Amino acid sequence: MLKGKKAAILGDRDGIPGPAIAACIETAGAEVVFSTTECFV
Amino acid sequence: MDLENQARIKDLAEKYGKENLIIVLGGGEAEASGLAAETVSQGDPTFAGPLAGVSLGLKAYHIFELKEEVDPQVYDEQVGMMEMVLDVDEIIEEVKEYRGD
Repeated sequence: MLKGKKAAILGDRDGIPGPAIAACIETAGAEVVFSTTECFV
Repeated sequence: MDLENQARIKDLAEKYGKENLIIVLGGGEAEASGLAAETVSQGDPTFAGPLAGVSLGLKAYHIFELKEEVDPQVYDEQVGMMEMVLDVDEIIEEVKEYRGD
Protein backbone atom coordinates (compact mmCIF):
# COMPACT_ATOMS: atom_id res chain seq x y z
CA MET A 1 0.00 0.00 0.00
CA LEU A 2 2.86 2.40 0.78
CA LYS A 3 5.17 1.36 -2.03
CA GLY A 4 5.66 4.15 -4.56
CA LYS A 5 3.45 6.60 -2.64
CA LYS A 6 4.38 10.07 -1.48
CA ALA A 7 3.97 10.47 2.26
CA ALA A 8 3.38 13.62 4.28
CA ILE A 9 4.05 13.05 7.95
CA LEU A 10 2.37 14.84 10.81
CA GLY A 11 4.22 13.67 13.90
CA ASP A 12 3.35 14.61 17.45
CA ARG A 13 5.73 15.67 20.18
CA ASP A 14 3.62 13.75 22.71
CA GLY A 15 3.15 10.76 20.44
CA ILE A 16 5.46 9.65 17.67
CA PRO A 17 7.68 12.43 16.27
CA GLY A 18 8.11 13.09 12.55
CA PRO A 19 11.65 11.68 12.13
CA ALA A 20 10.67 8.38 13.80
CA ILE A 21 7.71 7.97 11.43
CA ALA A 22 9.88 8.92 8.44
CA ALA A 23 12.41 6.21 9.33
CA CYS A 24 9.59 3.64 9.39
CA ILE A 25 7.82 4.77 6.25
CA GLU A 26 11.00 4.71 4.17
CA THR A 27 11.48 1.02 4.92
CA ALA A 28 8.02 0.41 3.43
CA GLY A 29 9.00 1.96 0.09
CA ALA A 30 7.22 5.31 0.32
CA GLU A 31 8.89 8.63 -0.40
CA VAL A 32 8.68 11.15 2.42
CA VAL A 33 7.88 14.54 0.87
CA PHE A 34 7.09 16.40 4.07
CA SER A 35 7.65 15.72 7.74
CA THR A 36 6.85 17.79 10.78
CA THR A 37 6.30 17.33 14.49
CA GLU A 38 3.33 19.17 15.89
CA CYS A 39 2.83 20.21 19.45
CA PHE A 40 -0.79 20.14 20.59
CA VAL A 41 -0.18 21.75 24.00
CA MET B 1 -4.00 21.12 13.08
CA ASP B 2 -1.27 23.72 12.67
CA LEU B 3 -2.28 26.37 10.09
CA GLU B 4 1.09 26.35 8.36
CA ASN B 5 0.92 22.60 7.99
CA GLN B 6 -2.55 22.86 6.49
CA ALA B 7 -1.09 25.10 3.80
CA ARG B 8 1.76 22.64 3.15
CA ILE B 9 -0.61 19.70 2.85
CA LYS B 10 -2.84 21.64 0.47
CA ASP B 11 0.16 22.43 -1.77
CA LEU B 12 1.35 18.82 -1.71
CA ALA B 13 -2.10 17.51 -2.60
CA GLU B 14 -2.19 19.83 -5.61
CA LYS B 15 1.34 18.85 -6.63
CA TYR B 16 1.07 15.05 -6.33
CA GLY B 17 -2.66 14.38 -6.53
CA LYS B 18 -4.75 12.73 -3.86
CA GLU B 19 -4.23 9.23 -5.31
CA ASN B 20 -0.46 9.46 -4.80
CA LEU B 21 -0.25 11.23 -1.47
CA ILE B 22 -0.98 9.71 1.90
CA ILE B 23 -0.83 11.37 5.28
CA VAL B 24 0.84 9.51 8.13
CA LEU B 25 -0.03 10.63 11.65
CA GLY B 26 1.85 10.17 14.89
CA GLY B 27 -0.67 11.66 17.28
CA GLY B 28 -0.44 10.52 20.87
CA GLU B 29 -4.12 10.84 21.50
CA ALA B 30 -7.25 9.76 19.64
CA GLU B 31 -9.11 13.07 19.44
CA ALA B 32 -6.18 15.07 18.03
CA SER B 33 -5.37 12.28 15.56
CA GLY B 34 -8.98 12.17 14.39
CA LEU B 35 -9.04 15.93 14.02
CA ALA B 36 -5.97 15.83 11.77
CA ALA B 37 -7.48 12.99 9.70
CA GLU B 38 -10.71 14.96 9.35
CA THR B 39 -8.86 18.12 8.33
CA VAL B 40 -6.96 16.46 5.46
CA SER B 41 -9.99 14.53 4.20
CA GLN B 42 -13.04 16.73 4.72
CA GLY B 43 -11.58 20.12 5.61
CA ASP B 44 -10.71 22.04 8.75
CA PRO B 45 -13.63 21.60 11.19
CA THR B 46 -12.49 24.62 13.20
CA PHE B 47 -12.68 26.83 10.08
CA ALA B 48 -9.44 28.51 11.13
CA GLY B 49 -6.95 27.44 8.47
CA PRO B 50 -6.38 27.20 4.73
CA LEU B 51 -8.29 23.90 4.63
CA ALA B 52 -11.51 25.43 5.99
CA GLY B 53 -14.22 24.35 3.56
CA VAL B 54 -11.64 22.51 1.42
CA SER B 55 -12.25 18.80 1.06
CA LEU B 56 -8.95 17.35 -0.16
CA GLY B 57 -10.12 13.75 0.17
CA LEU B 58 -6.69 12.57 1.33
CA LYS B 59 -6.38 9.30 3.19
CA ALA B 60 -4.72 9.54 6.59
CA TYR B 61 -3.27 6.60 8.47
CA HIS B 62 -1.78 6.47 11.92
CA ILE B 63 1.67 4.92 11.98
CA PHE B 64 0.23 2.20 14.27
CA GLU B 65 -1.93 1.02 11.36
CA LEU B 66 1.08 0.61 9.07
CA LYS B 67 3.07 -1.68 11.36
CA GLU B 68 2.81 -4.66 9.00
CA GLU B 69 4.41 -2.71 6.15
CA VAL B 70 7.39 -1.41 8.09
CA ASP B 71 10.67 -3.20 8.78
CA PRO B 72 10.00 -4.81 12.19
CA GLN B 73 13.34 -3.82 13.69
CA VAL B 74 12.98 -0.18 12.67
CA TYR B 75 9.37 -0.12 13.89
CA ASP B 76 10.41 -1.49 17.26
CA GLU B 77 13.20 1.04 17.64
CA GLN B 78 11.17 4.05 16.56
CA VAL B 79 7.60 3.31 17.65
CA GLY B 80 7.73 0.29 20.00
CA MET B 81 7.94 2.29 23.21
CA MET B 82 5.01 4.58 22.41
CA GLU B 83 2.93 1.66 21.21
CA MET B 84 3.14 0.27 24.74
CA VAL B 85 1.96 3.44 26.48
CA LEU B 86 -0.66 4.85 24.11
CA ASP B 87 -4.20 3.67 23.50
CA VAL B 88 -3.56 2.10 20.10
CA ASP B 89 -7.09 0.75 19.51
CA GLU B 90 -8.82 4.02 20.35
CA ILE B 91 -6.46 6.03 18.11
CA ILE B 92 -6.87 3.66 15.15
CA GLU B 93 -10.65 3.61 15.52
CA GLU B 94 -10.81 7.40 15.40
CA VAL B 95 -8.47 7.81 12.41
CA LYS B 96 -10.15 5.04 10.38
CA GLU B 97 -13.50 6.77 10.66
CA TYR B 98 -12.36 9.51 8.28
CA ARG B 99 -11.11 7.21 5.53
CA GLY B 100 -14.46 5.69 4.81
CA ASP B 101 -13.02 2.19 4.38
